[in-house]
Amino acid sequence: MSTREKVGWGVGGLVIIVYCLFPVAWIVSLSFKSSDDIANGQFLPTVFSSENYQQILVGDAAGLFLPALVNSFGICLIATAISCLLSMFAAYAIARLDFPGKRIILSTALAVAIFPVISIVTPLFNLWRQIGLYNTWPGLIIPYLSLTLPISIWTLSAFFREIPWEMEQAAQVDGATPWQAFRKVIVPLAAPGVFTTAIIAFFLAWNDFVYGISLTSTEAARPVPAALGLFSGASQFESPNGPIAAAAVIVTIPVIVLVLLFQRRIVAGLTNGAVKG
Amino acid sequence: MASIEMSHIVKKYGDGFPAVNDVSLDIDDGEFMILVGPSGCGKSTLLRMIVGLEDITSGDMVIAGNRVNDKAPRDRNLSMVFQNYALYPHLSVYENIAFPLRLAKVDDGEVRRRVEEAADVLELREHLERKPANLSGGQRQRVAMGRAIVRSADAFLFDEPLSNLDAKLRGQMRTEISRLQRRLGITTVYVTHDQTEAMTLGDRVCVLRKGVIQQVASPRELYEQPVNLFVAGFIGSPPMNFLPATVEGTSLSTPFGAIELGEERAEKIAGHDLLLVGIRPEYFEDASLVDEAKKPHGSTFTAKVDVTEWLGDAQYAYIPYEAPTEVAEQLKELSRELDSDQLRTQAVVSIDSTSRIREGREAEFWLDTRKVHVFDPKTGENLTRDAEAGRKLTEMATEDRVEQVEQARV
Ligand SMILES: Nc1ncnc2c1ncn2[C@@H]1O[C@H](COP(=O)(O)OP(=O)(O)OP(=O)(O)O)[C@@H](O)[C@H]1O
Ligand SMILES: [Mg+2]
Repeated sequence: MSTREKVGWGVGGLVIIVYCLFPVAWIVSLSFKSSDDIANGQFLPTVFSSENYQQILVGDAAGLFLPALVNSFGICLIATAISCLLSMFAAYAIARLDFPGKRIILSTALAVAIFPVISIVTPLFNLWRQIGLYNTWPGLIIPYLSLTLPISIWTLSAFFREIPWEMEQAAQVDGATPWQAFRKVIVPLAAPGVFTTAIIAFFLAWNDFVYGISLTSTEAARPVPAALGLFSGASQFESPNGPIAAAAVIVTIPVIVLVLLFQRRIVAGLTNGAVKG
Repeated sequence: MASIEMSHIVKKYGDGFPAVNDVSLDIDDGEFMILVGPSGCGKSTLLRMIVGLEDITSGDMVIAGNRVNDKAPRDRNLSMVFQNYALYPHLSVYENIAFPLRLAKVDDGEVRRRVEEAADVLELREHLERKPANLSGGQRQRVAMGRAIVRSADAFLFDEPLSNLDAKLRGQMRTEISRLQRRLGITTVYVTHDQTEAMTLGDRVCVLRKGVIQQVASPRELYEQPVNLFVAGFIGSPPMNFLPATVEGTSLSTPFGAIELGEERAEKIAGHDLLLVGIRPEYFEDASLVDEAKKPHGSTFTAKVDVTEWLGDAQYAYIPYEAPTEVAEQLKELSRELDSDQLRTQAVVSIDSTSRIREGREAEFWLDTRKVHVFDPKTGENLTRDAEAGRKLTEMATEDRVEQVEQARV
């Protein structure tokens, strides 16, 4: 690349980064503004105040926010774990076995993924009320699986397909049962794929709003995005922008931590050296 | 230690295409058997049926006296080296080699002892803690071998294990494998594309064509007494020359003059008009360099040399000839099947490297007529094959093997 090209790419990248990060920066700055400073018309707060954070962590809104945080973590982690486990088996079968209906499964998964959530939430609401799943953790975990499973199956089966089949056959010749071959050879090799899938699944569940607001009514199961919608200002005439911003910052932190933690594992390349090259 | 007996093995894939068709082959205990043939002839399929990775459509596979058709790979106690090695990238070299032992729940001390023993044989000691990704091609190949020899399997199976190595390393590993096989005295089935590997490694070689066995014999028998055009053309490099010929009494008339066959061989070809004579390149010589005593065993002819190649220890000359269209078609078909790229009808002739024969000039050649074979162009059958002589050659090879294995076992 010539210097000119480098500069061009650099400037282009910078523009995109600024464009993407600006709203985030705005929210961070908003979360530090005190309630009478919110409409100051500037990017930075006049004085940095932790008023909003206090409000959601120990103040009025804590009763709404903290249980929601626990719910969100619990529900999303469980949904992610289940979906990883199930999709691992499903994706393995899809990648390795030739069975009738394979394409149907894959296209159904895709169809489910693009099916608008809003159109099933009403029937689900009625059904959940009837069978007692309304406002419970399982009542959210199940619909979250419908969000996370399709994409997990797709990503994982792509990963499994990358693993040379000979690996597994070698293991079988070496004396492994099919299950041992899967557990000792395929799973370790697919680990980066599983991490990637887990993170994507976790985000999908973490970000959900529609199910969260419709299928819950109390702190028993309400997740953070739904709780944010229920924040109220100090008075009727005041909008709760500050606390919402603070809560938004807090819920973004686990996402960032996750990505930083697993970034290196996501970068694949683990199959290097498996085959001659 | 085990023998492998296959009878009437057939493999049809989903589309009904018989990749292996009615193969019957007995491999003795301790024998080194080579499966060879052009691409797509079913070598890998046959090997994978032995090891159990591919279902057998019909026929019996008997290993060490037990029918194994319905046994899973892990119950057959065979070990295999894959074409791409299939090492486990997440495990160290040590754990790769130990993998079969770990599965068999061998205790740690024993595992260490056996892995180190295998590592010593293969000179992998200093690499035991490394990951396969950081090894060279040859080292990876040795790790794959280590994994195969570490457990006392009944037989070794190799699927083109050297095909991705460079020429020098391939030579080294070839002798390594040969030494190892003799030392351990284990039945071995080895799939290859490579002429040299087939000829140097095998006690016997099985030539396959489109899923059908053509000939199973020692390398010498294949070379000197091939059963048909296909085997004759496949074994040997540069390949055997096939010249069109017509019968005239007890001799053949060819583009390179008359070839006298003698009573006995002439009898065998009686009743055919158009034939193919198979002459190996080394049966030719520069006529000016041939001993007077040897000359009467052959015939001389003059021909125009198209190209010569001087290789230091040998020299090849290319002599174009005319062939009737039907024969030319047949030869083209054959060379396509053998994956060779001979474009025109020309003979490759091996002459002494000191010969002064030059390109573009007429030259006089001598041709040893004693060992030529005559083929029926329609069926491809070798009409002059001496089955008795061939059998003797293979018997000799078997005796050699038994002797070597016994020596190794003392
Ligand atoms: N899974 C499969 N499904 C259908 N046909 C197959 C399958 N595997 C192999 N074949 C066919 O079976 C035939 C033999 O294949 P095989 O792999 O045994 O050849 P090969 O002799 O090992 O060739 P190469 O030297 O190229 O490895 C080929 O014609 C191939 O097209
Ligand atoms: Mg093959």
